[in-house]
Amino acid sequence: MKNLEKNYSHIKGWGIDADPKNDPTYPIKLRTDEAQKGYHWERPTQQPITTEILHSNERPNVTAVFGTPLPPKGLSGKIRRYAFQFSENSYGHWLPLLLADRVDEIEGVIDDLRQGHVPNFFAERGWKAQFKHNPKAIATKVAVGALLVTAVVAYLRRSK
Amino acid sequence: MLAMNYRGPLRVRIDQKPMPEIEHPEDAIVRVTRSCICGSDLHLYNGLVPDTRVGSTFGHEFVGVVEEVGSEVRKLKVGDNVLVPFNIACGKCAFCKQELYGNCHESNPEATAVGGIFGYSHTAGGYAGGQAEYVRVPYADVGPTVIPPGMDPDDAVLLTDVVPTGYQAAEMGGIQPGDTVVIFGAGPIGIMAAKCSWLFGAGRVIIIDQVEYRLEFAKNYAQCEAYDFRSMDDPVVFVKKTTDWMGADVCIDAVGADAAGNAMQTITGRKLMLQAGSATALHWAINSVKKGGIVSIVGVYGPTDNLVPIGNVVNKGITIRANQASVKRLLPKLIDHVQNGRIDPKGMITHWVPLEEVSDAYRIFSDKLDNCIKTVLIPPSART
Repeated sequence: MKNLEKNYSHIKGWGIDADPKNDPTYPIKLRTDEAQKGYHWERPTQQPITTEILHSNERPNVTAVFGTPLPPKGLSGKIRRYAFQFSENSYGHWLPLLLADRVDEIEGVIDDLRQGHVPNFFAERGWKAQFKHNPKAIATKVAVGALLVTAVVAYLRRSK
Repeated sequence: MLAMNYRGPLRVRIDQKPMPEIEHPEDAIVRVTRSCICGSDLHLYNGLVPDTRVGSTFGHEFVGVVEEVGSEVRKLKVGDNVLVPFNIACGKCAFCKQELYGNCHESNPEATAVGGIFGYSHTAGGYAGGQAEYVRVPYADVGPTVIPPGMDPDDAVLLTDVVPTGYQAAEMGGIQPGDTVVIFGAGPIGIMAAKCSWLFGAGRVIIIDQVEYRLEFAKNYAQCEAYDFRSMDDPVVFVKKTTDWMGADVCIDAVGADAAGNAMQTITGRKLMLQAGSATALHWAINSVKKGGIVSIVGVYGPTDNLVPIGNVVNKGITIRANQASVKRLLPKLIDHVQNGRIDPKGMITHWVPLEEVSDAYRIFSDKLDNCIKTVLIPPSART
């Protein structure tokens, strides 16, 4: 290693953390009697469960702490509750959750409108920045959009 | 308070939201002074992480000042200037006892594979994140670390994720002096992994990406070789050829679910979401590493199924190591590296953006506009 150090003298700290015992099996399993007992640790205080918390069926309980800002609601919430009947090992869990996310997106727009807020898709998508730094991309999107609209209008007129 | 608000894929905005409150005796409330947009936030932004609910606030990289503490908090006090690791860890469970703070079993009710993470969907516990003026920080005595006097907050904020994740990527590679390390992905984590590979004594560090300005940055910042995979017929053949047809000793996947470079993976992983994201970088890592070598994965993938070349893992006798970074375990060592000039985290920051302009900041980072490497968001209260 001493010879190698000379080769890398331009790199500050070269080899400072080199450890021939950096064993790929890290972390070494803690082989204590306690560890064999499963849920053996003294659990932290339980956060009061004042809102609906969905929990994985691969554990018997809710964790001692959790996030609370967005409990499941509406149709997306119903789909999420359904998803949690299945384990993390199952498509039955993850695909409904992805579907719920898309439903939630639509519910979000409806919520905005209900509250008198018309979502500004242009701003939310950061198009101002894209227009400033990559106007070509915006121009392409607008052109493709215009083409699609024209094609649909032309098709509809023809059908009539 | 002002906070980022996710409205659906590729749509975020800034809104007024209720102030966070102490909900558990070990909680603290932190007033954010800096937060970052992370490459893994883009997986959320693109709608790839299940159970990312509309209304979420992202942000798992932040520093700030303690404003309030719960009744069981002993070590932190109001006014402390803290950096907050992205993992939420209880410090008591079997996994925290093994210093696997990214795998805490008392912080994420919704999934058992990963522990709680700030602002990273309900699949990671449903916590609000730090792209806001204030944030609730559970287990305040475990993760949050007082920022050493004199440390630049821009250095500190990158110690919450980027530096430890890049460092652990190199550490998990089991790099031995003289080893050739190949890193797929020249985002902030990949660049930091390249930088840290030298600390473990790498003999040659190669980074592979497709964005020219990021490759140029990586070459200068991490003093490594940098190559554009678009100029190669096949990145795996390139690695074999440049390692005298043996393969790299260590390969690091620093990309995860959003990887480009393979049409089939893009369609099935990113567009149709039939697998847990595009596994292109992982394929390249497994197929480029030497027989008996080590593949280290820090790229984020969604659950659950991935089409990976597991047959090659068996045939080649590869060791795969992967995890979320165990930030708390690594912090003492990494703070020392920063203070002694071995790592310069803030050297990666290219954009400082007011929190109010979060939509544009996401677009710039996501589309790699304006030569962006790393973006820091600054709330209004931290600008006065």
